[in-house]
Amino acid sequence: MSLRTPLARVLNQGAAHDGVGHWVAERVTALALAPLSIWLLVALLSLPRSDYASISAWVASGWNPVWLSLTVLLAAWHSWLGVQMVVEDYVHSVLTKTLTLLLCAFVHALLAASGIYAVLRVALRVAP
Amino acid sequence: MSERPLSPHVFHYKWAYTMTLSILHRVSGLALALGLIGLTAWLVSISLGGAQYAALQSVYLSWPLQILIAIAIVTLVYHFCNGVRHLAWDVGWGYERHQARRSAAIVVAATVIISVACLYFMFRHGAA
Repeated sequence: MSLRTPLARVLNQGAAHDGVGHWVAERVTALALAPLSIWLLVALLSLPRSDYASISAWVASGWNPVWLSLTVLLAAWHSWLGVQMVVEDYVHSVLTKTLTLLLCAFVHALLAASGIYAVLRVALRVAP
Repeated sequence: MSERPLSPHVFHYKWAYTMTLSILHRVSGLALALGLIGLTAWLVSISLGGAQYAALQSVYLSWPLQILIAIAIVTLVYHFCNGVRHLAWDVGWGYERHQARRSAAIVVAATVIISVACLYFMFRHGAA
């Protein structure tokens, strides 16, 4: 009979050794995205005009650049974590899985970077 | 790999409608990853200038894209509502079968009500 506790025996026995961090990050980004997604949906649906001047003024006004950048960053992060999990569950060939996971990582990084860069460009162009 | 334990495959279980919500959470998450590409493209077009924004906007205002955007909104609302349900589980609430069934019904009802409200505002104003 081993004197090790059941917890000690299962610790670090997982496949990737970082599952808890992934799980926590998915929840933390979800919590942050909850108010941000309500804000974005309400803001976009209540925009009175969709011409270029009105839209770029809206993107640049007040704290909108901050909320927009956060939304894009956290949505890309949360999406990456989720898509990663789906790929790990359903793609079994090591090569295909690795390539798909790499592609997902790169596409999500590109989405986050280009979204934030776009928001900053508009904000810094229009702001005082 | 073959040494690893397997849980019974999903089709060995009698299908319950709570399982439909569970798989829809994944499907909606994947769809929203595509929606994020649309949102980022929209932000990038704003940063590129009036002509590029107008070009993308005319695509987004076409009927096929309006339908896709409407689907994306419903998808976001569902993923949001069911995500709140998941967060409730994560803090230990609602694991009993009758609670899970009731929260599933609440998620479906909330999705329908909030979606109808959002689509009303979308098509009243013209979408962003």
